[in-house]
Amino acid sequence: MLASIAGIGGVLLLAWVASGADKYTAPRTAWGDPDLQGQWNSQTSTPLERPIAGALAGKDSISDEEAESLEVKHLNDGDKPPTEGDPGTYNSFWFDRGKGLNRTSLIIDPPDGRVPAYTPEAEQRLAAERAERAKRGPADSYADLPAWTRCITRGWNGIGSNYSSNTQIFQSPGYVVIYQELIHEPRIIPIDSSATLPADVKQWLGASRGRWEGDTLVVETRNFDPRSSYRGSSPDLVLTERYTRTAADTIDYRFTMHDPSVYVKDWTVGRPMRREAGKLTVFEYACHEGNVAMTGILAGARREEKEKK
Amino acid sequence: MSQWMKGLITGAILAAGVTLVATGPWSRAGATSFARMPDGKPNLNGIWAASNTANWNVETHAARQGPVTALGAAFSVPGGLGVVEGGELPYKPEARATRDANGKNWMANDPEVKCYLPGVPRATYMPYPFQIVQSTEPNDILITYEFASASRILHMSNPQEAPVDSWMGWSNGHWDGDTLVVDVTSFVDQTWFDRAGNYHSGALHVVERYRPAGPDVIQYEATIDDPNVFTRTWKMSMPLYRRTEKNARLMEYKCVEFAEELMYGHLNKGAKP
Repeated sequence: MLASIAGIGGVLLLAWVASGADKYTAPRTAWGDPDLQGQWNSQTSTPLERPIAGALAGKDSISDEEAESLEVKHLNDGDKPPTEGDPGTYNSFWFDRGKGLNRTSLIIDPPDGRVPAYTPEAEQRLAAERAERAKRGPADSYADLPAWTRCITRGWNGIGSNYSSNTQIFQSPGYVVIYQELIHEPRIIPIDSSATLPADVKQWLGASRGRWEGDTLVVETRNFDPRSSYRGSSPDLVLTERYTRTAADTIDYRFTMHDPSVYVKDWTVGRPMRREAGKLTVFEYACHEGNVAMTGILAGARREEKEKK
Repeated sequence: MSQWMKGLITGAILAAGVTLVATGPWSRAGATSFARMPDGKPNLNGIWAASNTANWNVETHAARQGPVTALGAAFSVPGGLGVVEGGELPYKPEARATRDANGKNWMANDPEVKCYLPGVPRATYMPYPFQIVQSTEPNDILITYEFASASRILHMSNPQEAPVDSWMGWSNGHWDGDTLVVDVTSFVDQTWFDRAGNYHSGALHVVERYRPAGPDVIQYEATIDDPNVFTRTWKMSMPLYRRTEKNARLMEYKCVEFAEELMYGHLNKGAKP
Protein backbone atom coordinates (compact mmCIF):
# COMPACT_ATOMS: atom_id res chain seq x y z
CA MET A 1 0.00 0.00 0.00
CA LEU A 2 2.70 2.43 1.03
CA ALA A 3 4.73 1.43 -1.98
CA SER A 4 1.86 2.11 -4.33
CA ILE A 5 1.25 5.53 -2.78
CA ALA A 6 4.91 6.28 -3.20
CA GLY A 7 4.60 5.04 -6.79
CA ILE A 8 1.71 7.38 -7.54
CA GLY A 9 3.61 10.20 -5.85
CA GLY A 10 6.57 9.47 -8.06
CA VAL A 11 4.45 9.50 -11.22
CA LEU A 12 2.87 12.80 -10.18
CA LEU A 13 6.29 14.25 -9.41
CA LEU A 14 7.58 13.12 -12.79
CA ALA A 15 4.57 14.65 -14.50
CA TRP A 16 5.21 17.90 -12.63
CA VAL A 17 8.85 17.92 -13.56
CA ALA A 18 8.03 17.05 -17.18
CA SER A 19 5.59 19.97 -17.35
CA GLY A 20 8.58 22.21 -16.68
CA ALA A 21 6.74 24.10 -13.94
CA ASP A 22 9.27 26.13 -11.93
CA LYS A 23 12.01 23.85 -13.13
CA TYR A 24 15.40 25.44 -12.77
CA THR A 25 17.93 24.62 -15.43
CA ALA A 26 21.53 24.93 -14.36
CA PRO A 27 23.72 27.13 -16.54
CA ARG A 28 26.16 25.25 -18.76
CA THR A 29 29.91 25.44 -19.12
CA ALA A 30 31.25 26.36 -22.54
CA TRP A 31 31.60 22.61 -23.27
CA GLY A 32 28.04 21.80 -22.23
CA ASP A 33 28.26 20.39 -18.69
CA PRO A 34 26.04 21.77 -15.92
CA ASP A 35 28.02 24.59 -14.33
CA LEU A 36 28.66 24.27 -10.59
CA GLN A 37 31.62 26.63 -10.48
CA GLY A 38 32.12 29.29 -7.89
CA GLN A 39 32.33 29.71 -4.13
CA TRP A 40 29.94 27.80 -1.89
CA ASN A 41 29.34 27.41 1.83
CA SER A 42 27.35 24.66 3.49
CA GLN A 43 27.51 25.53 7.18
CA THR A 44 24.33 24.84 9.11
CA SER A 45 23.40 24.61 12.78
CA THR A 46 21.02 21.73 12.01
CA PRO A 47 22.44 18.60 13.63
CA LEU A 48 23.30 15.41 11.73
CA GLU A 49 20.84 13.37 13.78
CA ARG A 50 17.38 14.22 15.08
CA PRO A 51 17.30 14.56 18.87
CA ILE A 52 15.70 11.54 20.53
CA ALA A 53 14.34 13.60 23.40
CA GLY A 54 12.86 17.07 23.82
CA ALA A 55 10.65 19.18 21.58
CA LEU A 56 12.20 18.00 18.30
CA ALA A 57 11.95 14.27 18.93
CA GLY A 58 9.74 12.55 16.37
CA LYS A 59 9.42 15.70 14.25
CA ASP A 60 11.01 15.88 10.82
CA SER A 61 10.41 19.51 9.88
CA ILE A 62 10.12 22.79 11.72
CA SER A 63 8.95 26.31 10.85
CA ASP A 64 11.23 29.22 9.89
CA GLU A 65 10.67 30.73 13.35
CA GLU A 66 11.64 27.50 15.10
CA ALA A 67 14.73 27.16 12.89
CA GLU A 68 15.74 30.72 13.70
CA SER A 69 15.25 30.33 17.44
CA LEU A 70 17.40 27.18 17.36
CA GLU A 71 20.07 29.13 15.53
CA VAL A 72 20.03 31.78 18.28
CA LYS A 73 20.13 29.09 20.96
CA HIS A 74 23.23 27.54 19.35
CA LEU A 75 24.91 30.96 19.30
CA ASN A 76 24.06 31.62 22.95
CA ASP A 77 25.19 28.15 24.03
CA GLY A 78 28.53 28.80 22.34
CA ASP A 79 29.03 31.91 24.46
CA LYS A 80 28.35 30.23 27.81
CA PRO A 81 31.35 30.13 30.13
CA PRO A 82 32.98 26.70 30.51
CA THR A 83 32.34 24.62 33.61
CA GLU A 84 34.91 24.72 36.37
CA GLY A 85 38.12 22.88 35.51
CA ASP A 86 37.40 23.05 31.78
CA PRO A 87 39.79 25.43 29.98
CA GLY A 88 37.02 26.17 27.48
CA THR A 89 37.31 26.75 23.77
CA TYR A 90 36.47 29.44 21.23
CA ASN A 91 33.24 31.35 21.75
CA SER A 92 30.60 31.91 19.08
CA PHE A 93 32.54 34.79 17.56
CA TRP A 94 35.06 32.30 16.21
CA PHE A 95 32.64 29.67 15.04
CA ASP A 96 30.34 29.72 12.07
CA ARG A 97 27.25 27.92 13.31
CA GLY A 98 25.50 28.56 10.03
CA LYS A 99 21.87 28.80 9.13
CA GLY A 100 19.27 26.50 10.61
CA LEU A 101 17.34 24.41 8.09
CA ASN A 102 13.64 23.64 8.27
CA ARG A 103 14.54 20.14 9.28
CA THR A 104 15.45 18.56 12.60
CA SER A 105 18.29 16.46 11.17
CA LEU A 106 20.61 16.50 8.18
CA ILE A 107 19.88 12.80 7.74
CA ILE A 108 16.97 12.55 5.35
CA ASP A 109 16.96 8.78 5.08
CA PRO A 110 16.14 6.69 7.08
CA PRO A 111 13.08 8.79 7.88
CA ASP A 112 13.77 8.77 11.65
CA GLY A 113 16.74 11.05 10.98
CA ARG A 114 19.20 8.79 12.78
CA VAL A 115 22.33 6.89 11.70
CA PRO A 116 21.14 3.29 11.30
CA ALA A 117 22.23 0.69 13.85
CA TYR A 118 25.63 -0.94 13.50
CA THR A 119 25.78 -4.55 12.43
CA PRO A 120 26.97 -6.99 15.15
CA GLU A 121 30.26 -7.28 13.22
CA ALA A 122 30.78 -3.51 13.34
CA GLU A 123 29.79 -3.31 17.04
CA GLN A 124 32.48 -5.87 17.75
CA ARG A 125 35.12 -4.09 15.71
CA LEU A 126 34.35 -0.68 17.23
CA ALA A 127 34.39 -2.13 20.77
CA ALA A 128 37.76 -3.74 20.08
CA GLU A 129 39.08 -0.42 18.72
CA ARG A 130 37.86 1.42 21.82
CA ALA A 131 39.43 -1.18 24.13
CA GLU A 132 42.72 -0.93 22.26
CA ARG A 133 42.66 2.86 22.47
CA ALA A 134 41.85 2.78 26.21
CA LYS A 135 45.14 1.02 26.87
CA ARG A 136 46.92 4.26 26.00
CA GLY A 137 46.86 7.76 27.44
CA PRO A 138 45.24 10.64 25.57
CA ALA A 139 48.51 11.71 23.95
CA ASP A 140 51.18 9.04 24.42
CA SER A 141 52.23 9.63 20.82
CA TYR A 142 51.42 12.04 18.01
CA ALA A 143 49.67 9.10 16.37
CA ASP A 144 47.11 9.03 19.22
CA LEU A 145 45.69 12.37 18.12
CA PRO A 146 43.02 12.76 15.45
CA ALA A 147 43.91 13.57 11.84
CA TRP A 148 42.25 16.99 12.33
CA THR A 149 44.54 17.93 15.21
CA ARG A 150 47.53 16.56 13.32
CA CYS A 151 46.58 18.69 10.30
CA ILE A 152 46.76 15.68 8.00
CA THR A 153 43.28 16.05 6.52
CA ARG A 154 39.71 16.99 7.29
CA GLY A 155 38.57 14.14 5.09
CA TRP A 156 36.01 14.40 2.32
CA ASN A 157 34.09 16.67 4.63
CA GLY A 158 30.48 16.38 3.56
CA ILE A 159 29.52 17.55 6.99
CA GLY A 160 31.50 20.75 7.45
CA SER A 161 33.83 22.02 10.12
CA ASN A 162 32.02 24.60 12.28
CA TYR A 163 34.06 27.30 10.59
CA SER A 164 35.29 28.00 7.07
CA SER A 165 33.16 25.24 5.53
CA ASN A 166 33.93 26.84 2.21
CA THR A 167 34.47 25.22 -1.13
CA GLN A 168 35.26 26.50 -4.55
CA ILE A 169 34.24 24.28 -7.43
CA PHE A 170 36.39 24.20 -10.55
CA GLN A 171 35.53 22.47 -13.82
CA SER A 172 37.44 21.60 -16.95
CA PRO A 173 36.43 19.25 -19.75
CA GLY A 174 36.44 15.83 -18.09
CA TYR A 175 37.04 17.02 -14.51
CA VAL A 176 35.27 18.56 -11.56
CA VAL A 177 37.38 19.61 -8.60
CA ILE A 178 35.69 20.32 -5.28
CA TYR A 179 38.33 22.40 -3.55
CA GLN A 180 37.84 22.47 0.21
CA GLU A 181 39.29 25.46 2.07
CA LEU A 182 39.93 23.12 5.03
CA ILE A 183 42.67 22.09 4.72
CA HIS A 184 43.62 23.13 1.18
CA GLU A 185 42.25 19.81 -0.07
CA PRO A 186 41.18 19.32 -3.67
CA ARG A 187 38.83 16.45 -4.35
CA ILE A 188 39.77 15.72 -7.94
CA ILE A 189 36.93 13.98 -9.73
CA PRO A 190 37.51 12.63 -13.24
CA ILE A 191 34.22 12.53 -15.14
CA ASP A 192 34.69 9.13 -16.70
CA SER A 193 34.40 5.48 -15.89
CA SER A 194 38.09 4.70 -16.03
CA ALA A 195 39.46 2.36 -13.41
CA THR A 196 40.01 3.74 -9.95
CA LEU A 197 42.75 2.29 -7.79
CA PRO A 198 43.28 -1.38 -6.98
CA ALA A 199 41.24 -2.26 -3.89
CA ASP A 200 44.27 -2.44 -1.59
CA VAL A 201 45.52 1.06 -2.42
CA LYS A 202 43.91 3.48 0.01
CA GLN A 203 43.91 7.25 0.29
CA TRP A 204 42.63 9.63 2.96
CA LEU A 205 40.11 11.10 0.50
CA GLY A 206 39.61 7.80 -1.32
CA ALA A 207 39.46 7.68 -5.11
CA SER A 208 36.53 9.32 -6.88
CA ARG A 209 34.83 9.00 -10.23
CA GLY A 210 32.00 11.23 -11.42
CA ARG A 211 29.22 11.19 -13.97
CA TRP A 212 26.39 13.50 -14.99
CA GLU A 213 22.81 12.34 -14.55
CA GLY A 214 20.88 15.17 -16.15
CA ASP A 215 21.82 18.27 -14.15
CA THR A 216 23.19 16.20 -11.27
CA LEU A 217 26.85 15.46 -10.68
CA VAL A 218 27.05 11.98 -9.16
CA VAL A 219 30.37 11.17 -7.48
CA GLU A 220 31.25 7.71 -6.31
CA THR A 221 34.22 7.34 -3.98
CA ARG A 222 35.98 4.20 -2.73
CA ASN A 223 39.43 3.20 -1.49
CA PHE A 224 39.21 5.05 1.83
CA ASP A 225 42.12 4.82 4.24
CA PRO A 226 40.83 3.04 7.37
CA ARG A 227 41.91 6.04 9.43
CA SER A 228 39.50 8.29 7.53
CA SER A 229 36.53 6.46 9.05
CA TYR A 230 33.42 8.60 9.51
CA ARG A 231 30.77 7.45 12.02
CA GLY A 232 32.35 4.01 12.16
CA SER A 233 32.59 3.49 8.39
CA SER A 234 35.02 0.88 7.07
CA PRO A 235 37.53 1.03 4.19
CA ASP A 236 34.82 -0.72 2.13
CA LEU A 237 32.61 2.37 2.29
CA VAL A 238 31.10 3.35 -1.05
CA LEU A 239 30.26 7.02 -0.77
CA THR A 240 27.84 8.39 -3.36
CA GLU A 241 27.41 12.15 -3.50
CA ARG A 242 24.92 14.08 -5.59
CA TYR A 243 25.36 17.75 -6.46
CA THR A 244 22.32 19.35 -8.13
CA ARG A 245 22.04 23.05 -8.77
CA THR A 246 18.39 23.73 -7.92
CA ALA A 247 18.55 27.53 -8.02
CA ALA A 248 21.09 30.18 -8.98
CA ASP A 249 22.30 30.27 -5.38
CA THR A 250 21.73 26.68 -4.24
CA ILE A 251 23.26 23.27 -4.74
CA ASP A 252 21.19 20.45 -3.32
CA TYR A 253 24.03 18.35 -1.92
CA ARG A 254 23.37 14.82 -0.69
CA PHE A 255 25.56 11.91 0.19
CA THR A 256 24.71 8.28 0.79
CA MET A 257 26.79 5.96 2.98
CA HIS A 258 26.78 2.41 1.66
CA ASP A 259 28.80 0.16 3.92
CA PRO A 260 26.73 -2.97 4.54
CA SER A 261 29.22 -4.62 6.86
CA VAL A 262 28.89 -1.60 9.17
CA TYR A 263 25.32 -0.23 8.96
CA VAL A 264 22.16 -2.33 8.82
CA LYS A 265 21.00 -0.06 6.02
CA ASP A 266 22.26 2.79 3.84
CA TRP A 267 21.79 6.33 5.04
CA THR A 268 21.56 9.65 3.26
CA VAL A 269 22.39 13.17 4.35
CA GLY A 270 21.17 16.39 2.72
CA ARG A 271 23.18 19.55 3.31
CA PRO A 272 22.43 22.39 0.90
CA MET A 273 25.28 24.54 -0.36
CA ARG A 274 24.74 28.29 -0.68
CA ARG A 275 26.47 30.26 -3.39
CA GLU A 276 28.73 32.91 -1.93
CA ALA A 277 30.16 34.39 -5.13
CA GLY A 278 31.37 37.91 -4.50
CA LYS A 279 31.00 37.45 -0.73
CA LEU A 280 33.55 34.75 -0.10
CA THR A 281 37.19 34.32 -1.00
CA VAL A 282 38.64 30.89 -0.39
CA PHE A 283 41.91 31.48 1.42
CA GLU A 284 44.92 29.32 2.22
CA TYR A 285 44.38 27.31 5.41
CA ALA A 286 47.97 26.49 6.37
CA CYS A 287 47.05 24.13 9.20
CA HIS A 288 50.24 22.11 9.66
CA GLU A 289 52.53 25.10 9.18
CA GLY A 290 50.94 26.88 12.13
CA ASN A 291 50.30 23.82 14.24
CA VAL A 292 51.62 24.61 17.70
CA ALA A 293 48.86 22.49 19.27
CA MET A 294 50.68 19.20 18.62
CA THR A 295 53.76 20.31 20.53
CA GLY A 296 51.58 21.80 23.27
CA ILE A 297 49.41 18.71 23.70
CA LEU A 298 52.31 16.25 23.71
CA ALA A 299 54.55 18.38 25.95
CA GLY A 300 51.58 18.94 28.29
CA ALA A 301 50.93 15.22 28.54
CA ARG A 302 54.61 14.54 29.37
CA ARG A 303 54.58 17.29 32.00
CA GLU A 304 51.44 15.85 33.58
CA GLU A 305 53.04 12.40 33.80
CA LYS A 306 56.10 13.90 35.48
CA GLU A 307 54.01 15.74 38.05
CA LYS A 308 51.99 12.62 38.87
CA LYS A 309 55.11 10.64 39.69
CA MET B 1 43.97 -10.09 -17.35
CA SER B 2 43.07 -8.56 -14.03
CA GLN B 3 39.96 -6.42 -13.58
CA TRP B 4 42.36 -3.56 -12.87
CA MET B 5 44.11 -4.03 -16.25
CA LYS B 6 40.79 -4.37 -18.05
CA GLY B 7 39.67 -1.18 -16.38
CA LEU B 8 42.82 0.61 -17.42
CA ILE B 9 42.43 -0.44 -21.02
CA THR B 10 38.75 0.49 -21.04
CA GLY B 11 39.75 3.81 -19.50
CA ALA B 12 42.38 4.36 -22.16
CA ILE B 13 39.90 3.61 -24.95
CA LEU B 14 37.33 5.92 -23.39
CA ALA B 15 39.93 8.62 -22.93
CA ALA B 16 40.95 8.24 -26.57
CA GLY B 17 37.29 8.55 -27.52
CA VAL B 18 36.98 11.72 -25.49
CA THR B 19 40.04 13.11 -27.24
CA LEU B 20 38.48 12.43 -30.63
CA VAL B 21 35.18 13.99 -29.61
CA ALA B 22 37.10 16.90 -28.16
CA THR B 23 38.58 17.97 -31.47
CA GLY B 24 35.65 20.32 -32.05
CA PRO B 25 35.90 23.84 -30.75
CA TRP B 26 39.09 23.23 -28.80
CA SER B 27 41.02 21.63 -31.58
CA ARG B 28 44.67 22.27 -32.18
CA ALA B 29 45.17 25.53 -33.94
CA GLY B 30 47.78 28.02 -34.90
CA ALA B 31 51.52 27.88 -34.99
CA THR B 32 51.84 26.60 -31.43
CA SER B 33 49.91 23.42 -32.24
CA PHE B 34 48.30 23.64 -28.84
CA ALA B 35 44.78 22.63 -27.88
CA ARG B 36 42.38 25.48 -27.23
CA MET B 37 39.39 26.06 -25.02
CA PRO B 38 36.01 27.10 -26.44
CA ASP B 39 36.87 30.73 -25.64
CA GLY B 40 39.96 30.48 -27.84
CA LYS B 41 42.46 30.52 -24.98
CA PRO B 42 45.17 27.83 -24.96
CA ASN B 43 43.93 24.76 -23.10
CA LEU B 44 46.45 24.18 -20.32
CA ASN B 45 44.33 21.50 -18.65
CA GLY B 46 46.24 18.42 -17.69
CA ILE B 47 48.84 16.94 -15.42
CA TRP B 48 52.28 18.46 -15.75
CA ALA B 49 55.73 18.04 -14.27
CA ALA B 50 59.19 19.48 -14.64
CA SER B 51 61.99 17.06 -15.38
CA ASN B 52 65.10 18.64 -13.90
CA THR B 53 67.14 18.87 -10.70
CA ALA B 54 66.12 22.43 -9.76
CA ASN B 55 64.57 21.25 -6.51
CA TRP B 56 68.09 20.19 -5.47
CA ASN B 57 69.60 23.46 -6.58
CA VAL B 58 68.30 26.06 -9.04
CA GLU B 59 71.94 26.93 -9.82
CA THR B 60 74.30 24.68 -11.79
CA HIS B 61 75.69 21.98 -9.52
CA ALA B 62 77.78 18.81 -9.68
CA ALA B 63 76.58 15.46 -8.37
CA ARG B 64 77.49 14.72 -4.78
CA GLN B 65 76.81 12.19 -2.08
CA GLY B 66 73.50 12.53 -0.30
CA PRO B 67 73.14 13.24 3.41
CA VAL B 68 71.78 9.84 4.51
CA THR B 69 74.60 7.29 4.56
CA ALA B 70 72.21 4.35 4.69
CA LEU B 71 70.57 5.42 1.44
CA GLY B 72 73.85 5.46 -0.50
CA ALA B 73 73.33 6.00 -4.21
CA ALA B 74 69.54 5.81 -3.90
CA PHE B 75 69.28 9.31 -2.39
CA SER B 76 72.35 11.15 -3.53
CA VAL B 77 72.28 14.40 -5.44
CA PRO B 78 72.25 14.33 -9.26
CA GLY B 79 74.16 17.05 -11.06
CA GLY B 80 72.25 19.66 -13.00
CA LEU B 81 72.77 22.60 -15.33
CA GLY B 82 70.55 24.91 -13.36
CA VAL B 83 67.50 26.88 -14.41
CA VAL B 84 68.63 30.43 -13.63
CA GLU B 85 69.08 32.60 -16.70
CA GLY B 86 72.62 33.99 -16.63
CA GLY B 87 73.80 31.27 -14.26
CA GLU B 88 74.32 32.66 -10.79
CA LEU B 89 71.77 34.21 -8.44
CA PRO B 90 72.41 37.92 -7.81
CA TYR B 91 72.55 37.75 -4.01
CA LYS B 92 73.47 40.69 -1.83
CA PRO B 93 76.68 39.70 0.02
CA GLU B 94 75.02 39.18 3.42
CA ALA B 95 72.16 37.25 1.80
CA ARG B 96 74.63 34.95 0.08
CA ALA B 97 76.09 34.11 3.49
CA THR B 98 72.58 33.24 4.73
CA ARG B 99 72.04 31.01 1.70
CA ASP B 100 75.34 29.22 2.38
CA ALA B 101 74.36 28.65 6.01
CA ASN B 102 70.92 27.40 4.91
CA GLY B 103 72.58 24.96 2.52
CA LYS B 104 74.86 23.56 5.20
CA ASN B 105 71.89 22.79 7.44
CA TRP B 106 69.29 22.07 4.82
CA MET B 107 67.87 18.95 6.41
CA ALA B 108 67.17 20.84 9.63
CA ASN B 109 65.89 23.99 7.97
CA ASP B 110 64.34 23.18 4.60
CA PRO B 111 60.55 23.58 4.87
CA GLU B 112 60.12 20.68 2.40
CA VAL B 113 61.48 18.25 5.00
CA LYS B 114 58.65 19.23 7.38
CA CYS B 115 56.00 18.95 4.63
CA TYR B 116 55.34 22.68 4.73
CA LEU B 117 53.63 24.27 1.75
CA PRO B 118 56.47 24.77 -0.74
CA GLY B 119 55.65 28.22 -2.13
CA VAL B 120 56.03 29.48 -5.68
CA PRO B 121 57.86 28.82 -7.95
CA ARG B 122 59.31 25.81 -6.05
CA ALA B 123 56.05 23.81 -6.17
CA THR B 124 56.36 23.80 -9.97
CA TYR B 125 59.69 21.92 -10.16
CA MET B 126 59.50 19.63 -7.17
CA PRO B 127 59.62 15.97 -8.22
CA TYR B 128 55.82 15.63 -8.05
CA PRO B 129 53.27 16.32 -10.77
CA PHE B 130 50.64 19.03 -10.60
CA GLN B 131 47.31 19.55 -12.30
CA ILE B 132 45.94 22.66 -13.98
CA VAL B 133 42.13 22.93 -13.88
CA GLN B 134 41.13 25.60 -16.37
CA SER B 135 37.63 26.58 -17.37
CA THR B 136 36.67 29.53 -19.55
CA GLU B 137 36.69 33.12 -18.35
CA PRO B 138 35.52 34.59 -16.04
CA ASN B 139 36.18 31.47 -13.95
CA ASP B 140 39.27 31.15 -11.78
CA ILE B 141 41.96 28.57 -12.56
CA LEU B 142 43.13 26.04 -9.96
CA ILE B 143 46.66 24.71 -9.85
CA THR B 144 46.90 21.80 -7.47
CA TYR B 145 50.20 20.10 -6.66
CA GLU B 146 50.60 16.51 -5.53
CA PHE B 147 53.09 17.51 -2.81
CA ALA B 148 51.15 18.22 0.41
CA SER B 149 47.93 18.96 -1.53
CA ALA B 150 49.39 22.43 -2.03
CA SER B 151 47.02 24.45 -4.20
CA ARG B 152 46.60 27.92 -5.65
CA ILE B 153 43.59 29.72 -6.97
CA LEU B 154 44.49 31.98 -9.89
CA HIS B 155 42.07 34.90 -9.77
CA MET B 156 41.50 35.51 -13.46
CA SER B 157 38.91 38.17 -14.14
CA ASN B 158 38.65 39.61 -10.66
CA PRO B 159 42.17 40.53 -9.59
CA GLN B 160 42.20 41.00 -5.85
CA GLU B 161 44.60 42.17 -3.22
CA ALA B 162 45.75 39.51 -0.74
CA PRO B 163 43.94 39.81 2.59
CA VAL B 164 47.08 38.57 4.37
CA ASP B 165 50.37 36.82 3.55
CA SER B 166 50.40 33.09 2.81
CA TRP B 167 52.74 30.20 1.99
CA MET B 168 51.65 29.79 -1.63
CA GLY B 169 51.24 33.54 -2.14
CA TRP B 170 48.35 35.34 -3.72
CA SER B 171 47.87 34.78 -7.46
CA ASN B 172 46.19 37.06 -9.99
CA GLY B 173 46.26 35.77 -13.55
CA HIS B 174 45.65 37.17 -17.01
CA TRP B 175 46.35 36.20 -20.61
CA ASP B 176 49.01 37.94 -22.63
CA GLY B 177 48.16 36.54 -26.06
CA ASP B 178 48.64 32.80 -25.69
CA THR B 179 50.68 33.11 -22.49
CA LEU B 180 49.12 32.75 -19.04
CA VAL B 181 50.74 35.37 -16.82
CA VAL B 182 50.40 35.06 -13.05
CA ASP B 183 51.36 37.80 -10.66
CA VAL B 184 52.15 36.29 -7.25
CA THR B 185 52.61 38.41 -4.15
CA SER B 186 52.09 38.41 -0.36
CA PHE B 187 54.34 35.49 0.54
CA VAL B 188 55.49 34.54 4.01
CA ASP B 189 59.29 34.50 4.35
CA GLN B 190 59.41 30.81 5.29
CA THR B 191 59.69 29.05 1.93
CA TRP B 192 62.84 28.30 -0.07
CA PHE B 193 63.62 27.86 -3.76
CA ASP B 194 65.43 24.54 -3.35
CA ARG B 195 67.30 22.13 -1.07
CA ALA B 196 70.51 24.13 -1.51
CA GLY B 197 69.16 26.84 0.78
CA ASN B 198 68.35 29.42 -1.91
CA TYR B 199 65.75 31.61 -0.26
CA HIS B 200 63.78 34.85 -0.31
CA SER B 201 62.23 37.31 2.08
CA GLY B 202 58.60 38.32 2.60
CA ALA B 203 59.12 40.98 -0.08
CA LEU B 204 59.18 38.29 -2.78
CA HIS B 205 57.27 39.13 -5.95
CA VAL B 206 57.01 36.43 -8.62
CA VAL B 207 55.69 36.84 -12.15
CA GLU B 208 55.09 33.49 -13.83
CA ARG B 209 54.60 32.97 -17.54
CA TYR B 210 53.12 29.72 -18.88
CA ARG B 211 53.64 29.72 -22.66
CA PRO B 212 52.35 26.78 -24.70
CA ALA B 213 55.31 25.47 -26.70
CA GLY B 214 53.74 22.38 -28.27
CA PRO B 215 50.86 20.00 -27.60
CA ASP B 216 52.55 18.56 -24.52
CA VAL B 217 55.01 21.27 -23.47
CA ILE B 218 54.65 24.52 -21.57
CA GLN B 219 57.63 26.85 -21.46
CA TYR B 220 57.63 28.16 -17.89
CA GLU B 221 59.33 31.30 -16.67
CA ALA B 222 59.37 32.87 -13.24
CA THR B 223 60.74 36.35 -12.76
CA ILE B 224 61.86 36.89 -9.19
CA ASP B 225 62.03 40.24 -7.51
CA ASP B 226 63.09 40.57 -3.87
CA PRO B 227 65.10 43.71 -3.09
CA ASN B 228 65.84 42.49 0.45
CA VAL B 229 67.81 39.52 -0.83
CA PHE B 230 68.87 40.17 -4.44
CA THR B 231 70.65 43.05 -6.13
CA ARG B 232 68.37 42.82 -9.18
CA THR B 233 65.43 40.96 -10.66
CA TRP B 234 66.32 37.53 -12.03
CA LYS B 235 64.59 34.87 -14.04
CA MET B 236 64.38 31.10 -14.08
CA SER B 237 62.96 29.11 -16.97
CA MET B 238 62.29 25.48 -17.80
CA PRO B 239 60.00 23.34 -19.90
CA LEU B 240 57.08 21.59 -18.19
CA TYR B 241 55.99 18.32 -19.73
CA ARG B 242 52.52 16.87 -19.91
CA ARG B 243 52.05 13.48 -18.28
CA THR B 244 50.69 11.80 -21.36
CA GLU B 245 49.80 8.43 -19.83
CA LYS B 246 46.10 7.93 -20.44
CA ASN B 247 45.59 7.00 -16.80
CA ALA B 248 47.69 9.89 -15.46
CA ARG B 249 46.24 11.10 -12.15
CA LEU B 250 47.54 12.94 -9.15
CA MET B 251 47.89 10.61 -6.18
CA GLU B 252 47.62 11.77 -2.59
CA TYR B 253 50.88 12.82 -0.97
CA LYS B 254 49.62 14.05 2.38
CA CYS B 255 53.10 14.15 3.81
CA VAL B 256 52.39 15.61 7.26
CA GLU B 257 52.37 12.14 8.75
CA PHE B 258 55.76 11.42 7.17
CA ALA B 259 57.28 14.35 9.08
CA GLU B 260 55.67 13.74 12.47
CA GLU B 261 58.31 11.42 13.92
CA LEU B 262 60.93 13.99 12.99
CA MET B 263 58.94 16.93 14.39
CA TYR B 264 57.18 15.43 17.42
CA GLY B 265 58.79 12.05 18.11
CA HIS B 266 60.92 13.48 20.93
CA LEU B 267 57.69 14.38 22.76
CA ASN B 268 56.26 10.87 22.72
CA LYS B 269 55.89 8.95 25.96
CA GLY B 270 59.12 7.08 26.70
CA ALA B 271 61.09 8.98 24.05
CA LYS B 272 64.77 9.33 24.83
CA PRO B 273 65.48 12.91 25.87
